[in-house]
Amino acid sequence: MLQILRDNWVLFLIGQYPAGPLGGLSATVLIAVLGLGLSFPCALLLGLGRISPFRSIRAVTAIIVHTVRGTPFLMVIFWSYFALPIIIGHPIAGFPTLVGALVIYESAYLAEIVRSGIEALPKGQIEAARSLGLNYRQAMMSVVLPQALYNSLPTMMSQFVSLIKETSLGYVISVNEFTFAAAQVNSRLLTKPVQVFSILALTYFLLCFALTQSARAVERHIARRRREDPAVIRPLESFVVEPAP
Amino acid sequence: MISFENVSKWYGAHQCLADINATVNRGEVVVVCGPSGSGKTTLIRTINRLEPIQGGRIVVNGQDVHSSATDLNRLRSGIGFVFQQFNLFPHMSVIDNIILAPRKLRGLSREAASEAARKLLARVGLADKANSYPGQLSGGQSQRVAIARALAMDPPIILFDEPTSALDPEMVGEVLSVIQDLAHSGITMMCVTHEMGFAREVADRIWFMDRGTILEDAPPSEFFSRPNHPRAQRFLSELRH
Repeated sequence: MLQILRDNWVLFLIGQYPAGPLGGLSATVLIAVLGLGLSFPCALLLGLGRISPFRSIRAVTAIIVHTVRGTPFLMVIFWSYFALPIIIGHPIAGFPTLVGALVIYESAYLAEIVRSGIEALPKGQIEAARSLGLNYRQAMMSVVLPQALYNSLPTMMSQFVSLIKETSLGYVISVNEFTFAAAQVNSRLLTKPVQVFSILALTYFLLCFALTQSARAVERHIARRRREDPAVIRPLESFVVEPAP
Repeated sequence: MISFENVSKWYGAHQCLADINATVNRGEVVVVCGPSGSGKTTLIRTINRLEPIQGGRIVVNGQDVHSSATDLNRLRSGIGFVFQQFNLFPHMSVIDNIILAPRKLRGLSREAASEAARKLLARVGLADKANSYPGQLSGGQSQRVAIARALAMDPPIILFDEPTSALDPEMVGEVLSVIQDLAHSGITMMCVTHEMGFAREVADRIWFMDRGTILEDAPPSEFFSRPNHPRAQRFLSELRH
């Protein structure tokens, strides 16, 4: 495995760049970061739309969320890849197609996380904010969202992790990303598929692990500032039963 | 200052406020009492439109609370509201809880708002807790911070919805004494409570409610010594036992 890495690390890391498009792990990270960065604000809007005081907004966002959540991600990719060029009249490259599909798909899931985070807050929080005279937007921005997003951080992180892994599906529309690079290495070596794909798996794992660990560090930092022990950090503690004496 | 004119409210088929007519004058302290489910909390929550009403109108400071022409946020900033469950914002320090409204609504700087907030904290006896978080406070301290927060916009009216009902018995006193000081400051106050000793001491008038109506509206001396309505007589005699 080390030999494979030593011989092909450039391809794993950046694909055929600068001769070709940026690929490999750096493309995967780029796609994931773009996907995260773009789907988060979309999810926020969708999530707020789901609990909007206006019925029409609630209806439209519910349709979007349920439709997307009822579709396999691969279908979203195929649909974007094949149908979108017909609709808009010119072809789109794989890279923006994949990012777009990720944003659509992840927004729908994250929106439900945002919504449940908001709905889990005690009603008294928004009542207190509104009683002070804050308007809806101010109450959301200052009181509701900071708490709701913090509380849903663990769930959101697992969604972000699954987003990273979903970038690998870009392989099917030949996006030059990490899985694609591994496949290239594999077809070059021909006889070492287990080793090559083990490198792939291990790298995905490290990437996701780094993300969850940094999220936990952020959680700990906030908790320490408030000097309280939120259940989110030690979720199992409440289930620990003291042994009988 | 606050007037109820034929106010009615239903939850489905259940009428929880039935044709309420009453007035609170400027500077007056009104204590609302009565058995559970009598509509006390609902009544006080209609004053800043936390609850809608289906009939009649409520006029606060010349403004019809439930009219769509009323600037609700502006109206609310002039009515302090203290909840049974405190409802402090747990992600903000004590001082940030208090300066939130002055900063957002008056556009004050953090420094300017903090100065006033520290005075309020001193007034409720918590000057040393400015940088604590709500999670580090006792119930009594939390409620006193909530009172300071409700006063941050300098409202002419403050409403209390059972401010001591969620507290351990030994913390009731510290909160009531803060409310008592406030009652003597000239602010218009309405307080829903079960603390009858407190009602006797601070109230200018006591409203006794049952089944969505105000059965008694009398000064405490009169209410406690010779209640008119049989329901109020029964309520008081049960309290004494």
